Formats: sequence, C-alpha cells, structure tokens
Amino acid sequence: MTDLEPIAGVRNLHPAYCSLLIKFDAMLLRHEQLEEILRGYIDRMEKAALPEPRLVEIPVCYGGEFGPDLEEVAELHRITSAQAIELHASTHYLVYFLGFAPGFAYLGELPEALVTPRLTMPRRGVPAGSVGIAGSQTGVYPISTPGGWRLLGRTPVAMFRPERAEMSLLSIGDRVRFVPISRERFAKAKLENA
Amino acid sequence: MSLIEVRAPGLLTTVQDLGREGFGPMGVSPSGAADAVALRVGNRLAGNAEGAAGLEMTLLGGSFFFREAAVVALTGSDFAPTLDDERVETWSSVEIRAGQTLQMGPTRAGARCYLCVRGGIDVKSFLGSASTHLLSGLGGFEGRALRKGDVLKVGRAIEGFRTFRKRNLARRALEKLSPRKVLRVTAGPQSDWFSKEAWKLFYRGTYRVTEESNRMGLRLEGAAIASASGGEMISEGVSLGAVQITASGLPIILFVEQQTTGGYPKIANVISADTSSLGQLRPRDEIRFELVEMEIARALLVEQEELLVSKELILG
Repeated sequence: MTDLEPIAGVRNLHPAYCSLLIKFDAMLLRHEQLEEILRGYIDRMEKAALPEPRLVEIPVCYGGEFGPDLEEVAELHRITSAQAIELHASTHYLVYFLGFAPGFAYLGELPEALVTPRLTMPRRGVPAGSVGIAGSQTGVYPISTPGGWRLLGRTPVAMFRPERAEMSLLSIGDRVRFVPISRERFAKAKLENA
Repeated sequence: MSLIEVRAPGLLTTVQDLGREGFGPMGVSPSGAADAVALRVGNRLAGNAEGAAGLEMTLLGGSFFFREAAVVALTGSDFAPTLDDERVETWSSVEIRAGQTLQMGPTRAGARCYLCVRGGIDVKSFLGSASTHLLSGLGGFEGRALRKGDVLKVGRAIEGFRTFRKRNLARRALEKLSPRKVLRVTAGPQSDWFSKEAWKLFYRGTYRVTEESNRMGLRLEGAAIASASGGEMISEGVSLGAVQITASGLPIILFVEQQTTGGYPKIANVISADTSSLGQLRPRDEIRFELVEMEIARALLVEQEELLVSKELILG
C-alpha cells in the first residue's frame, strides 16, 4: 500500500518479520501526524490485494568447499549429509523480508530437523552465493560479507544484480525452492553467468 | 572536462554524497557522507548544491593533482592541507590553478575530512546517488576506495559560480556545528528491556571507540550492560544511530553503511542532529550518552537545519 499511495515525507521503509520501521523527514512530519496517516493504512490492510507469489527455484551445489558446515550440521542432527540436503531442498520457503545486506532474503521456515544455532564465531568472509542456515531461517549471501550462518552449499545464480531493473532476484512474499546441482552444473552455470 | 589525478589515496578515501534513501526493502542502506554536515557546508563553500558528491578522507588524507583550475573547499577535520606546499585554510573556499597539487596529512583531531570541488565529483549514479557503499562494492568510483593513479572527473558547475570569491564559514556557525563527544540520544525501541542498573551504567559510563569501527558501525568498549532477553530478539529494521547492545553487553552504534535489519535490542538512538558527530569519532575517543526527550531531539534538528540553510552561515 505504501508503494501505491506513498506518504509525503517518508524516506525509507524497513519491513521485517512482524514490524515495519519507517524513516521520515522530521522537518516535514511529526510522529503524531505520521501515526495518524498510518492508522488509515492499517485499517485497510486486511483488504489490500497482494501480488500473486512467484515460485523461484535456486540451484545449489551442496557440500564440499561450497558447504563447509554441511557435515557438522548433519552430525548434530544424527542424519547423513544426503538426508540434510534432501531436507533443505524439499521445502518451499517464504521470503519474509530482505535485510542485512543488499538482496539478502530471510527465508523460512526450515524443517525442524535442520534447525541449528549460528556459529559461535562468525566467519570473516563468506563468499557470495553461499547458502546458509541460522535457527529456523535459511538464506543466500548475495555478496561476500562476514557472516555467522552455517553454510550448506553455494548457488551460481546472482542474487543481487545492480545492472538490472529488477535488482534483487527475490522479493518479499516470493516462494523459494532450492534445487541440488552437481559441481559440473555449478561450473557451467558460473561460466554462463559471467 | 576537468580532471583530478589521485597521486596518493590516503587511508580510506571514497566518493560520497548524501546517500540513497528508499531502498530498505531491498536491504540496501543509504551510505553517504559520515559527517553529512561537513559535506553540506563544504559544498556551499565550493559553490555547489549541498548534496553534490565530494571526497571523504579518513584519518590520513590523500594527494591530488589538478590538471585544470578549480575551486574547492575542505571541511570536517583539519588534515593540515597544503597547496603546492603552502598551507591552505579549512572551512573556506580555495582557488586552485591548473597544475597545482593539493596534499593532506594525518588528522589533527576528528576522523574525516571532506574535499568538495565546484561542479562535484562526477561518477555514475547508482540508485540515484554517487555514494560509495564499500561493503557491497557499489556506487561511487567503481564501488571502491580510491587508489593511486585513479583519475576523477569534475562535473559541470551550476551557473553563477564561474568566478572565484573567497567564502568562509561564519565562526559562530562553526562553533555550533562542531562535533560532540557527548552524544544526545532518545530512548531506543527496547529501552524497557534494560534494568535501572543497566540504564545507570549506560548513561553514567564513558565508552571508548574501538579499532573495529567503520562506516557500518562503531563498536564501543566500556561498562557491559545486561539485557533482560539475554541478548537476542527477532530481527527488525534498525535506524541510523541505533545503539544496539550485543550479546557481550557492549554497545554498537549503527552507522551510514549499516545493515538494514538487526536482532539485538536497542537501548537508545543517537538523535539526528548528532549523527554527523559520529563521523568524526576515531578509535580511542571517549564518548558519553545523554538522554533527551523526542521533542528536544526534534527542536535540535530544526535548529541545525535552519542554521545550515541560513544566509548567515557563509560569509563572503
């Protein structure tokens, strides 16, 4: 709704799981004024038409150097690596919101048998395309950043493409499925994307 | 077209304007000048619109060779600038002749110095802004800090500023806008998660800025604070200047290249009028927090904005 009927003075929006942070120009609006305007939106929220959710398939090469935490995660849950992959790739996830870094989508929820805490010591550098899990969430690192999620694999697909009109591969509300691919497919796809 | 050659880049020099707002839903934080007040004043002194792109230097400045004549202004911290070895003034417009070299040294106080050039630094705009976003390697000059040998383009100057006239920042304004070490904050969204004792520690204590501070955030050392939740909560949007208390109990102040969402409780938020002061903090600086009401925070912002657009700001 805020896209279709923008509010003058609102500068930025940060949707998350169950909140929306609104940044506004305090020279143009006061808190009370904005609250009043937002109440009008909240009253109509239930009636708002949402776009049809898309299903986006993301190919992932699991394990090995691409998924350095796969074996440990499997061991923690007393399953095999193959079963862990099967679990991760058999679920349809919802994009709750994008945050943290450009194009980083928070996906959930993981199957119960894969729910794992973050690493105690975050890695200084997680390569772009890394597919990780943290708690009951999963996600793909669009760019190389420090990060504490446990890494299961890597996708050759670019998650954030600043040169395109639709910069982020994923948008809020999308459904996502991960599709296991071989190292050969990964290498080929990487070449094609380059 | 006017060109500037980077002879020495300095420690961390990036192209910055006032940042890109509106891309939070994609996870993109605004970036922009760490000391936006210094950039805005610098642009006015140089004869630009206040949001033109300039260079932000950090702790140690660079050396720049001007192939053509230019008008510049240096604001923010005093990095002891010289023009062909002659000392030049900060917070003032400076005329540069073709073939001269502007050189900066290390900071004398504060963390960042801005070089504003009449016409602005001309880089390809990304999401409506020239600002470099270092973490994602986007925007600015090739998405990165400047290197030796880079050649910067100067944009076309807006009309009416063809001739040089010396301009200075009014002394009274300089005093009013000088960076603060006592940061005024409003209560954060989770401030009630903290006990009375925690509040006392936070507001009476002195915190030191650590080496692991950058444009994403300032990590502080000092009294550790316990929160009722034990440190983590469900992720939500986080604002510029948010003071997060991490699991270790130590505060992190989120800054211009911040992550857009976070999962630590926020005890306080630096007020908008004081966020530019954050840009002048450097490792080992000691700071304190002072709690103010939202109405005071707003009044202080209005006062600062009125000063920044006033005619009395610039002399000459």
